[in-house]
Amino acid sequence: MTTTEQNIDEILIPILEKVSDPEIPVLSIMDMGVVRSAVIENNIVRVEITPTYSGCPAMDVIGDDIKAALKAAGYDSEIELILAPAWTTDWITPRGRKALEDYGIAAPLNAEADKDVLLNGKRLVKCTNCGSTNTRLVSQFGSTACKAQFQCDDCQEPFDYFKCLK
Amino acid sequence: MNQNLYNYILGVADNSLILGQRLGSLTGHGPSLETDIACTNISLDLFGQVRSYYQYAAKIAGDKRTEDDIAMLRKEREYVNVLLVEQPNTDFAYTMARQFLFDVYHHLFLTQLEKSKDLTLSAIAKKSIKEVSYHQRFSTDWIKRLGDGTEVSHQKTQEAIDSLWTYTDELFHQTEADKAMVAEGIGVDVTALKETYYKKVDEILNEATLQTPESKWFQKGGKQGIHTEHLGYLLSDLQYMQRTYPNMEW
Repeated sequence: MTTTEQNIDEILIPILEKVSDPEIPVLSIMDMGVVRSAVIENNIVRVEITPTYSGCPAMDVIGDDIKAALKAAGYDSEIELILAPAWTTDWITPRGRKALEDYGIAAPLNAEADKDVLLNGKRLVKCTNCGSTNTRLVSQFGSTACKAQFQCDDCQEPFDYFKCLK
Repeated sequence: MNQNLYNYILGVADNSLILGQRLGSLTGHGPSLETDIACTNISLDLFGQVRSYYQYAAKIAGDKRTEDDIAMLRKEREYVNVLLVEQPNTDFAYTMARQFLFDVYHHLFLTQLEKSKDLTLSAIAKKSIKEVSYHQRFSTDWIKRLGDGTEVSHQKTQEAIDSLWTYTDELFHQTEADKAMVAEGIGVDVTALKETYYKKVDEILNEATLQTPESKWFQKGGKQGIHTEHLGYLLSDLQYMQRTYPNMEW
């Protein structure tokens, strides 16, 4: 249970890529890194997903959406929620990070820089509107469990920052 | 069923359920939009953790019990949360003091539960500790800001710490289930956390220009199901829908 490797059957990748996080519709669950394994056993697809945050209300919906997408492709499926290894923002793919930025959510910095912006008031997060790093923390907690609120002091745009979770 | 393990899980999870309910009731009532959102985010994290614990407990029970039954259908005396977490949202200083006194404990506790021989408990702890680090940062930050803030915020925070102090010692009391699970390498020996806890709390209170209370009189009973008056009111809110419309689903 310590491996961070994903075990996903290649046939299933295009199907799963079409399922997105209901709270961040531009982000595929595959780019989010929440699908840990998906294998076909006796014509049933067994999928393991892991929550970003324990209380993430999107997980139940994601499970249902996966089932529906697989059903549409002709597969019955069983979804299992696993907790170990715990999800980390490192599992968001480069494509996922870009999708977040395009959507207006600043992608997570590395753990050290994350601490600096959330605790020490450093200005390192890039504004998703104008690209300036003259940005400040408004609140450590945002519209969903995974985000913090920021504001840009150049263009004044308020925006979300996806908190680093390691 | 392994009754000790079942009881042990409830002892861990009930704290998060009751504190989560307290924080959740601030939805729309926080002193500012940001703090409102923060408190309810923390509530959501705690409920998420509780679900993992109760799902596991339901599996161990092995009967028809579900996570919802465990959360919603026990009687007051069957909840084994510590008295600290059921104390009301008197004002923001009180809410933050309660949160701070619990978060410091919760973080220390999970650091040990991570090492549990029980793989499910260890996995839940590893997941939760990342979230609880954020909770602890938030409440610690507010204790410093309020304590070292205005005369009024300082006074209110000091009063809150003084009032809640009596509930801190209970965090380190061992139940029968605790003892059995510690012996098996599954549970955390809470008595061993006490010294670090009080040292850490003292350091932060100092930095916040607040006095660490000296009172040696402590309340207890929550872990045995003997609660303060506040819990009954909280449960009537929490359980209302399930009691009125049994088996309803959202």
